[in-house]
Amino acid sequence: MTRAFIFLISLFLISTFTFADTIEVCKTCNLSSINEAIALAKDHDTILIKKGTYKEYDILIDKPLSILGEGHPVIDGNLKGEIITIIADNVTLDGLSIINVGISYTEDFAAVRVKKAKNFSIQNLVLENLFFGIYIEKSHYGKVIHNKIIGDAVEEHNSGNGIHLWYSSHIEIEHNYVQHVRDGIYLEFSDDSFIRNNVSSNNLRYGLHFMFSNNDEYQDNTFESNGAGVAVMFSKNIKMLSNTFKENWGSASYGLLLKEINDAEIIGNTFEENTIGINIEGSNRIIYKHNNFINNGWAVKVRGACYTNSFTANNFLYNSFDISYNSRENDNVFDGNFWSSYSGYDLDNNGIGDVPYRPVKLFSYIVNRTPETIILLRSLFIDLIDFSEKVSPVFTPDNLIDQHPLIKKAEW
Amino acid sequence: MVTIQNLHKKFAKNIVLSGIDLNIDSGGIFAVLGPNGSGKTTLIKAILGMVIPNKGDISVLGENIKQSSNYRNSIDYLPQIANFPSNLKVKELIKMIKDLRDRPSDDQRLIELFNLTPFLDKKLGTLSGGTKQKVNLVLTFMFDSPLIILDEPTTGLDPISLIRLKALINEEKSRGKTILITSHIMSFVEEVSDEIVFLLEGKIYFKGSIDELKKNTGQPDFEHAIASILTIDNA
Amino acid sequence: MLKILKYSFFDLMRSRWSYVYFAFYLLLGIVLLFLNNDLSKAVITLMNVIIVLVPLIGTIFGVMYYYNSKEFTELLLAQPLKRTTIFLGQYLGVALSLSLSLVLGLGLPFVFYGLFKSNAIWDFSLLLITGSFLTFIFTALAFNIALSNENKIKGFGYAILLWLFLAVIYDGLFLMSIILFEDYPLDKMSLMGTLLNPIDLSRTLILLKLDISALLGYTGAVFKKFFGTDLGLIISFAALILWVILPVSRIMYKSKRKDF
Repeated sequence: MTRAFIFLISLFLISTFTFADTIEVCKTCNLSSINEAIALAKDHDTILIKKGTYKEYDILIDKPLSILGEGHPVIDGNLKGEIITIIADNVTLDGLSIINVGISYTEDFAAVRVKKAKNFSIQNLVLENLFFGIYIEKSHYGKVIHNKIIGDAVEEHNSGNGIHLWYSSHIEIEHNYVQHVRDGIYLEFSDDSFIRNNVSSNNLRYGLHFMFSNNDEYQDNTFESNGAGVAVMFSKNIKMLSNTFKENWGSASYGLLLKEINDAEIIGNTFEENTIGINIEGSNRIIYKHNNFINNGWAVKVRGACYTNSFTANNFLYNSFDISYNSRENDNVFDGNFWSSYSGYDLDNNGIGDVPYRPVKLFSYIVNRTPETIILLRSLFIDLIDFSEKVSPVFTPDNLIDQHPLIKKAEW
Repeated sequence: MVTIQNLHKKFAKNIVLSGIDLNIDSGGIFAVLGPNGSGKTTLIKAILGMVIPNKGDISVLGENIKQSSNYRNSIDYLPQIANFPSNLKVKELIKMIKDLRDRPSDDQRLIELFNLTPFLDKKLGTLSGGTKQKVNLVLTFMFDSPLIILDEPTTGLDPISLIRLKALINEEKSRGKTILITSHIMSFVEEVSDEIVFLLEGKIYFKGSIDELKKNTGQPDFEHAIASILTIDNA
Repeated sequence: MLKILKYSFFDLMRSRWSYVYFAFYLLLGIVLLFLNNDLSKAVITLMNVIIVLVPLIGTIFGVMYYYNSKEFTELLLAQPLKRTTIFLGQYLGVALSLSLSLVLGLGLPFVFYGLFKSNAIWDFSLLLITGSFLTFIFTALAFNIALSNENKIKGFGYAILLWLFLAVIYDGLFLMSIILFEDYPLDKMSLMGTLLNPIDLSRTLILLKLDISALLGYTGAVFKKFFGTDLGLIISFAALILWVILPVSRIMYKSKRKDF
């Protein structure tokens, strides 16, 4: 199959560029080193690496090549430094195992670095024992698909990110599996990228992290048991669709952290068993729709300076706290959501509760102020003071009301 | 049979018994008498171990009662107020007490004696006071114990049952048992008892036979003798 | 003792109140499950019911039973039985029959609903275990109150006060003292405060299951150790057992010295 594929590719290359060859690398071949093979290769050649372990690092790909592994050959960097660096356009890396990236406090060594390149494709790699995984800088129109990145990060300061984008754009990141690194996927100054169907779990810091990146979209990803699920900071127009944020537990742990975010869409996501489902700071004009908040400590924690956000048709199910505010100001709209702790009735049977619902409890305000009081959660006394606050709000925003709470779970 | 030495008991500040010394020999019927609140029931309950003395010793059949509860195997007790768990049926109660004491009993004979057969399947809560007292009597007399303590046994009984009760008491006496009775009914006491103990303000005011009491007080009959004690005291 | 237990138990099983109690829980279970059709919500509502109602019923029922069975007790006292036997037997009779009403009343609807196929079974079993613990604790406390108070009205009064204190007032004071001393490290103190109140203790035990996500949001190291590991579960259960043992031993102590 692979051979047939390679044959076809070769055929294709031959027909377009007259001199495209396939160069084989193996322990018993004429060429037993990848570096030598690259040096020998012409533009658009294919280098086929056979099964085996190759102890090499600082492999520089400076011309458009396809480097294919057959039977997942292992490139062992011996902890010496960076392993593969791509500085040419139109490079494909496929089917390699890359292990033992060097760790440095001065340089961000990566298993694979793409530098000022276009139209690259990095796929079917397995990266282990790494510092940075795939580091894409100032590059555009690339694909990072079907890679498996398994780190062993213990501390933030001496670990790197799984997939790291810096000043890049139009990158597609799909079907990758990233765990035990610092940030699973990291975007800084990177726009118009598409992140889909990845699983990012057990990472030290964030499953996915945006900084100063605009017009990106991530969809159908799973973020589980990370220090915090996803952090989106100082970015605009991010679409967050149908992702799952699960079991991000800890004192500074969120399913999703939004900081200085404007004009985003958060639709169809599931936030389950996170300490905080979504933590929002200084974020405006965000649409929250059709999300499920299930069994979180706080479904949504609003920490101020958030304007014109709208929450509609979401399900808030069995969270310890549905919404928490730290001020009495509210400029956000909560309308037509389902709240599992809603106890009103629907006499006219139109599916909308006849009594409005106040999702902010006095107790959440108290816990914000004095965290130790969390131990009194669900106490009868707390229910009593919550009730009195509900009747006449003193500490919580009095206009924060869902006027049309749903009687049945929202479906879409 | 029962030896009481220097028995003191007070409830809160209220002194009920102060220094009772009493020796009850085997065999015969002893009546404990006294006005209301003189400590009769407390004395009996102390013997039964239901009231814990502040001071003093009690021994029954030579065994100090502080140490165990086994001595109560040799006592049959008829409590003053016959109130039983109202959910139980009469026969269940009898069965339960038999089960608890785990000894042979002749409840059948006593049930017939007091005509209780029709009530066996009734719940105790639905019975009249008199019937309850009869059940109470059955429970007391069905075991063959050397010491029998009866606290107001005549309460609520009809005349026929009263006659049967007296017969029963005499029968037990003839079998050599020791019977301790408290009662307000002087005629009853006079009729059955061999010896009386008169309690007044927590002390034994008199102990001896009825004849001695009459002689001491110079009164022709028992009731007046008792009355004279009380009036002397009040004066 | 087993005999006394048996008779007290059957006596109670026959009483109207056991049925009322049983029927109440049965109804509650049915309403929650079949009208609401939401197991997770049912478990949360049940938790609220259990930590409030079970102690209340335990105390009231315990006091009531003690006063109502005074004659029965006196009957037993004249029998060759040890006092501890009598009172422990009665206590266990009450506590067991109440627990049974609770477990069966709530358990049956849940079993019919298909609990065994659901993953809520652990949460639910924990609820029933804590409910039974609370029954045992508050029945024992009620017996203590009744043993120390001849006056029925007073006894009932104290029982209600005790419940009110532990269910509501205690938490109010607790909350105030936490807020008052918020500048100090408080996690040890607040955990201690929890252990000292059986209702809070049970609540915490259930929180461990239902709200672990929120509890882990707090930074204190002691909290983390308590809630993040099995330590919390073990300590809570140990404290609950202690909460049964202490009042029960006082029942034994008191009963040996009481006059009837």
